[in-house]
This record gives sequence, structure tokens and C-alpha cells, in this order.
Amino acid sequence: MNRKQKKNLVRIILTAILMTALHFVPSEGAARFCLYLVPYFIIGYDILIKAAKGIKNRQPLDENFLMAVATAGAIILALYSGSGDYTEAVAVMLFYQIGEWFQSYAIGKSRQNISDLMDIRPDYANVENLGKLEQIDPSEVEIGTVIIIQAGEKIPIDGVIIEGASTLNTSALTGESLPRNVKVGDEVISGCININGVLKVRTTKLFEDSTASKILDLVENASSRKSKSENFITKFARIYTPAVVGAAAVLFIIPSLVTGDISTWLYRALIFLVISCPCALVISIPLTFFAGLGGASRAGVLIKGSNFLETLSKVRTVVMDKTGTLTKGIFEVDAVHPISTNCISENPTEARQLLHYSAHVESYSTHPIAATLRKAYPSENDGCKVENVEELAGLGICANVNGNIIHVGNEKLMEQIGAAWRPCTKIGTIIHVAVNGNYAGHIIVADKLKPHSKKSIDALYKIGVNRIVMLTGDIKEVAEKIAAELKIKEFYSGLLPAQKVEHIEKILSEKSFAVAFVGDGINDAPVLARADIGIAMGAMGSDAAIEAADVVLMDDDPMKIYTAIKIAKKTLEIVKENIYFAIGIKFLCLILGAVGVANMWFAIFADVGVMVIAVLNALRALRV
Amino acid sequence: MKKSYKIEVDCANCAQKMEDAANKIDGVKNAVVNFMTLKMQVEFEDGADAKSVMENILEQCRKIEPDCEIYF
Repeated sequence: MNRKQKKNLVRIILTAILMTALHFVPSEGAARFCLYLVPYFIIGYDILIKAAKGIKNRQPLDENFLMAVATAGAIILALYSGSGDYTEAVAVMLFYQIGEWFQSYAIGKSRQNISDLMDIRPDYANVENLGKLEQIDPSEVEIGTVIIIQAGEKIPIDGVIIEGASTLNTSALTGESLPRNVKVGDEVISGCININGVLKVRTTKLFEDSTASKILDLVENASSRKSKSENFITKFARIYTPAVVGAAAVLFIIPSLVTGDISTWLYRALIFLVISCPCALVISIPLTFFAGLGGASRAGVLIKGSNFLETLSKVRTVVMDKTGTLTKGIFEVDAVHPISTNCISENPTEARQLLHYSAHVESYSTHPIAATLRKAYPSENDGCKVENVEELAGLGICANVNGNIIHVGNEKLMEQIGAAWRPCTKIGTIIHVAVNGNYAGHIIVADKLKPHSKKSIDALYKIGVNRIVMLTGDIKEVAEKIAAELKIKEFYSGLLPAQKVEHIEKILSEKSFAVAFVGDGINDAPVLARADIGIAMGAMGSDAAIEAADVVLMDDDPMKIYTAIKIAKKTLEIVKENIYFAIGIKFLCLILGAVGVANMWFAIFADVGVMVIAVLNALRALRV
Repeated sequence: MKKSYKIEVDCANCAQKMEDAANKIDGVKNAVVNFMTLKMQVEFEDGADAKSVMENILEQCRKIEPDCEIYF
């Protein structure tokens, strides 16, 4: 609570006590009037002052003015009719203030909650100066500076580790609690927390270009991109208040001229003034979006604007890239088939020998497949002699291992050296191995599915997505296999990036519902931009993805696509509830007030009660 | 030129009115008030002097909501 909130709370409590006390004190006439003015001024003095300022500044439809007129009117009416019932007027003011207080408190709290969730802003960077550690403002650190991150500290700026090894907690960025191990040479991104060990990092970016700053910027600006629902409410509020005030005037003037009963119709008109405040509407819709965006960022889903949250909730078609999105994008050895096994069973000893040779031969290559083979045979430093390594461009590689000439490569290489290679029944990239010119067998490397791919496709179908399309630059056989495994009916293979855009355009023209594209952001930026909603995956460190997409998934788990859509749907549902509920109750109370069923207490509920309920409902969007 | 300013205002409707008022000031191309983050983003017309424009904005906003504040 800030000072203003504390002060107002004291005023509210004081007024409530006074009102209760006055209820038991019998008083009449002028004395009663004066007694009730005390709590009225305690609770309402600022409103009355603001109302006066509003008149001076020609802002007659200001809420303070409306409240002042409604309550002062009720007091005058009580005085005029001789009923002496001043409770209503004070109560309206009291409840109005309670509503304002609650609104300010709830919003302050949710602001705090959301900024706590996004607590990735680093406060300082440690720089070594003359053998001593110095804490400096991270925005002053230049590219290439060596910064030191101690255990428990946040990494302030993106960079590369030059000394030390540690475990990083990335949960503030990804929503994932699994820690990540890092060592010398690894890139680290700002916002992660160093759990143990001291790291020396050479910065590769400026503070403002670092991941943490970019993400914060994105989240803070997200709610400035207003959605259609917000624009609707703004427009509605603009006409709502004048319309209700106008209706109040009509309600007072015409019937009282006709019937001559001024006090009844004045009372009903005052009810209108209390209901005319648009605050419940104006606050609850942006708050819902804000909470939704906050809840999403906690789950590791960054949504760049309320408008995108809205579109995301309408997604019925999801188009997905294969490599890096559904599959890991990293090749792994799938099977090893020595010549003796006919591609069916595996012979462990011979298979090991085959891997052994190929790992040695590939030990000097930088090709991605070479890394895969080396990884599959970790005990490489076994004292074997590897000589005369020769890379044969477009074919493979050849080397002398322990006196044997080993060729590792594709079919063309085998044909060139005259080895009788065999095709394989398995689908993937096939690497053939020949020893001294004789065919020894082959190794199949394939991109593996991510562990949650299958589950995420099922979940998407369940949440209302009715069409899932896979696009890939990979060959048809591989695409077919992956699509079958994931039960994706529609896929297009062998596509160049430009052809992916063509496909997206075709899908967009067929559908009236929103189309989302999910990619890893590496070479599909144009497609991300073209779709109704571009979802980029695995944004940890990829600037291109953050720039091009509307939604950024902080890690590469495909389940996050489901999470994003689920959050969007829930948020929009709450938005709808709030719009219907708030407008509905207000209109109902207006009608009941006009016919004389609803009294001032109803009106307070229509104003403050509705706002409190709408705000509480809005905060549900924060919980994912 | 686009700039972001921190603001202080109590109610959402007043924030909305501040946005409307800011958009009517000469030299403002587009202004967006974000009540949730308490920020006002102002896109200025080419050649407009940000400081004097902001002074005008604050003056108009004060007429609507005497309590409001814009830090520039």
C-alpha cells in the first residue's frame, strides 16, 4: 500500500465507524443533518474539490462531478422531503471510495505481481578493475568486456564463457525449471541465474541489445498494442457516460412535469448518475489482457501485444515447420547396419567397429554429421592412429586408421571406389562405410522428434485447432515418416523458404479463421511475418526470432504452442465475461432504476460491485 | 520520433481521457497511454519540439485529472 492508499483506507474505516455510531444515535432535524455531514465530508471532500475543478475546467462529465451531484442531490432530497435519510448519500460516497481504493490496490498488486514474474532485469555487472571486483551499471559495459558472474547472481549481458563452468537457472526466461549446464565456449544469455561456480563472460552485445532487456521491453510494450475488445470498450465508454447522464436529465424533467412529483423522479435520475461511471468497463478489459500477457510470460510465452493475444485465441489452423519445431533439428545415430546384418538386426560388435572407424575418420571434419558420429562414439581418444585425412567435397571423407583405408560418405563415394553398397530400408540420411575398398555397412542418422511433439499435436486438436499442416524443406520420405508418427494428415515437403510463403498464402486465402505459423525463426522469418500469428520457437538467444514473430516461445518445447493458445482462449473468455457482465448489470440497474424498483443501493452495486467483481475476474487470467 | 514517458494517474478512465487529450495536441502524431504499465508513448510529428509538446500535453491532462503527473 502506498501513502495515498493508506490515507484513504483510514478515511473509509473512519466513515464506516461514524456511520454505524450515528445509526444508534437518535437525532432529528438540523442536528441530524449536521451530524451526517461530518462523515460525508470526511469521505467525500476530495471528490467535491475535484468536482469543482472539473466545472472550472469544463469537464462536466467527470466521475467526481457525477458522484458529487448524485450524493449532494440525495442529501438535498432527504432534507427537502423531511425523511432525514442521509445514510444513502454517505453510503454512495463511501462505497465509491471503497471501489476506488480496491481498484487502486488490486491494480498495484497485479502490476507488482507481473513485474515480479519478469524479474530478469539485472541491476549491475561485475567488472574486474586492478584485481578488485567493481559493480557497474550494465548499460555502461562495452562489447567485448569481461564480466564476472558469481554464484546466485543474474547474468546481466549476453556473452560467451571464457572461464569457469556452472549450472544456470533459466526459469525466469523459459518457465522451465530444468537447470542448464554451461562450460567454457558456451553462449550465455542475460536473465539467467548462475546457480553455482564463478563465470567469466566476454560480452557479445550491449546491455540494451541483450536478451533480458529485449524481453522486458517487449513485455512492457505488449499491452500498448491494444486489442479490438479494448478499442470497443474505449469507444463504448465515450458514449456511455453522456448517454446515461442525458437519460437522467430526461428521466427527471419529463415525468416530473407530467406528474408533478419532483422528488421521486429526481431520486431516480440520481440513481442514473451513480450508474453512469464507466470505470468497471474501462479498467477490467485492459487489466484482463495485462494479466493474460503476464501469466503467459511467466509460462515462457512472450506475446507481443493484446491484439495478438486476441488473434491467437481465434486460431483454428496451425502450420508448422518440421526441423527445429517438431524435430530436434539435431541429427542422431538412428541405426548401425554392418554388412552382415541385412538391415534388420544389429550386431553390436561389428556395429561398434563401424562407428569406431567413422568417428575417427570424421574427427577432423566440421560437417554437422561428423559431430553426430563423434557423439555416438565418445571414447575416441583410444590411441588409434588416424592419418592422411582427406575431405572429398560432396562425397564424404577418407582416412587411414591403424593402417586401414576407411571411406565414409554417400553412395557416389562408394561407387567411385567400387564398393558394393546396399540401400537401406530405414528412412534418414545414410552414411556408407568402406574398409580398404570393401563395403562394410552403413550408419543411419536421423533427426529425432522432440519428446513432446506427439502430445502437443493431440493437445492442439483438443483445444479447437482443426487443421494442422507441416511444411518442410526435407525430402518426402522423411516428411512422410514424421507426419505418420505425429498423425499429421497434411504435409508439404521439399520446400524452399519462398515456397513456404506461397503455401501459407494459399492456406490464408482458404480460411476465415486465424492461421498460426510455428517455426524456429532461423530461415522462416518471411513465413512468420506472413501468417496471422507468427510463433517463433526457442528464442533463447535468437534475435531473428524475437524480431519476426508475434509470439515468442522461450524454449523449444512444442507443448508451449498449446499453452499459448490456451492462455489466449482463457483471457478472451474472461474479457467476454467482463464485457457482458458489466454492461448487462449496468443496463439492468438502469431499467430497474427508471421504473423505481432499484434504489441507490442497487446503483452502488452496479458501479462499485461490478467493478470489484470484474477486477477479481480479470486477475484469473494471471493464473495459467 | 517516438518516446515513452512515465506517468502517474489513479483511474483507468482518466488515463483514457489523457490519451484522448494528448492526441489532440499539435505536434503529436499518435499517443498511447498504457494504464497498466503507467506509461505514455508519444509519437511526435517531424520537427516537433518534444519538450514544449509535452508541456502542452501535461497542461491539458491536468485539466482533466488534476492529480495526474507526466515525467519528462
